[in-house]
Amino acid sequence: MDKRLRLALQAAGTVVAIGVIAIVPSVIELFGLMQLTLFAAMSVLALSLAFIWGYGGILSFGQTAFFGLGGYAYAIAAVNFQDSTPAILLAIVVPALFAAILGYFIFFGRISDVYLGVITLTVTLILFNSVNSTSGDAYKIGKALLGGFNGMPAVPTFNMPFDPSTVLSPEQSWWTTAYVLLGVFLLLRLLLALPAGRIIVAVRENEVRASLLGYDPRLVKCLTFILGGAIAGLAGALYVNWGAFVSPTIFSLSLSAEIIIWITVGGLGTLLGPIIGCVVIEYIVAYIGSQQLLNSNLVLGGVLVVFVLLLPKGIFPTARDLVMRLIPDKKPKTNGPVPSAAAPHPAGAE
Amino acid sequence: MAIYVILALDVLNGISSLFLLCLGLAIIFGMMKIINLAHGEFIMLGAYATVISANAGVNIWIAMLIVAPLFVGIVGLVIERCLIRFLYGRLVDSMLATWGLSLLIIGIITTIYGNTQQGVPTPLGGFSIGSYQSSYYTLFLAFMAAVMMAIIYGVMRYTRFGLVARATMQNPAMAATLGVNPARVYMSTFALGAAVTGLAGGLLAPVSGITPVMGGAYVAKAFMTVVGGGAAILSGTLSAASLFGSVNQVGAYFTTPVYGEVIVFTTAIVLIRLLPQGISGRFFKGNL
Repeated sequence: MDKRLRLALQAAGTVVAIGVIAIVPSVIELFGLMQLTLFAAMSVLALSLAFIWGYGGILSFGQTAFFGLGGYAYAIAAVNFQDSTPAILLAIVVPALFAAILGYFIFFGRISDVYLGVITLTVTLILFNSVNSTSGDAYKIGKALLGGFNGMPAVPTFNMPFDPSTVLSPEQSWWTTAYVLLGVFLLLRLLLALPAGRIIVAVRENEVRASLLGYDPRLVKCLTFILGGAIAGLAGALYVNWGAFVSPTIFSLSLSAEIIIWITVGGLGTLLGPIIGCVVIEYIVAYIGSQQLLNSNLVLGGVLVVFVLLLPKGIFPTARDLVMRLIPDKKPKTNGPVPSAAAPHPAGAE
Repeated sequence: MAIYVILALDVLNGISSLFLLCLGLAIIFGMMKIINLAHGEFIMLGAYATVISANAGVNIWIAMLIVAPLFVGIVGLVIERCLIRFLYGRLVDSMLATWGLSLLIIGIITTIYGNTQQGVPTPLGGFSIGSYQSSYYTLFLAFMAAVMMAIIYGVMRYTRFGLVARATMQNPAMAATLGVNPARVYMSTFALGAAVTGLAGGLLAPVSGITPVMGGAYVAKAFMTVVGGGAAILSGTLSAASLFGSVNQVGAYFTTPVYGEVIVFTTAIVLIRLLPQGISGRFFKGNL
């Protein structure tokens, strides 16, 4: 595909997405809309890991740490201020700061990929245990009781910016969540097209070469990690807005595993694939929850094992390759080497 | 005075259970460079094997010391043949696949035995020091940790299997030219690691609540210890287990068990920042 066609397709896709998001509430009833809102919030989370893992080469097993911190930061701030505007900002800043501290230790300690996964996994578990143990009146931040395992009920949902009296309706919540998803997607696309994005990918490809060209891989990876943390935090705020509730299960390992599964299923190294994977898997999980025969862990674990073994590229890249193969090249390359010349000489022909 | 003896026993208990928990992981990671994220579930399987067979009338000692390692060793063997052997050299994929495996095992056990907590009574009695109570089982765990250490050292250092295994880990191609089949060595090493993990699960079954998701509580600690310990299986694991086990128990004594874990974790991160190769990478280089 040549560049101009690709750009046109992307622009058309964006316009279609804007239109579809706008008309969805008038087509789907409230229950479906709420479910879609949840999927959109989760998709933002999927994008955060799709970015740092697929483009930055940082496999974080604990992306829920930032998701959960964002959710809790939003909930605590929203209860205290009774206004969602500063709360959303805090939901981005707090996880980003945490990611900066953690990233400093991980990347400037030159810890290898394996240990990175272990450390992020452990951070998530520790956060889960710590927040779990905060029940009782002693644990409150301002007016917000943390509530331990029971979580924080009745968290104020989003309101119009700087206008706490006007709370968003479910339709407006959907528009906010879905357009945030679209915005994050386009922002990441743009970033990846800029020189900064090329540097991120270059560091993923070859750290030594990137540093010989004058870029500091530690800093690049750390910044990538921080951006991923900020996006995951934003997703946390969207998630809490969806349910008006937050509990320590937001840090749970099974959710961390789900994010990885979305990306493995959807396709690593793309941004669209993980969103597709997220929606498909979350739909399956919601369906499993409504029946008794199969356990969701069983299905998710099975899906992950099967994809790693048999379809490691994921659905989206595999489908894209298939489509590309079906579309014949419009312009056969005439300037290239003639086929007969390209064929290898039989051994000993000379 | 008695309180310090009790605290010392607690620390001993923390170190020995941590050592037992990590040994199987250290064998698999240290020798094969496979990060087995289903490690916690191997522990859980060992605990379930013990509880199920003990409740079915098998002697508790046989259930703990024979049934659990045997069962988990066989499970490990099957998993290595069906899954892990396709993933050597693909580090990230092996992490993902074993994570999927851990969810799968949790799902299977939940489907069969339900989400309820199981347990067996703790064998051996208790004794008192001053006005405090402690149990002989604590001492037994420490004893078992020492026995396991001696067995693994003996096997790795003095037997033909140990020699072949260490040679294969150092240079599989060279070992293959000398007539060793690396695939078989990997298979038995993985099964050995799984069996040791199953034994740990069996030994800890009487002193922990047994649920399908119990592995999650151990896996983080175990990984921190193995990573902190570095590549040497015994000296690394022992030194890291001693450090983190004492920090955990002392921290838990002065604050709460949860903050004890937080303190351990912070210690571990700082340690890895200072010694990226782990304790054994710095101090016990080349040891077993």
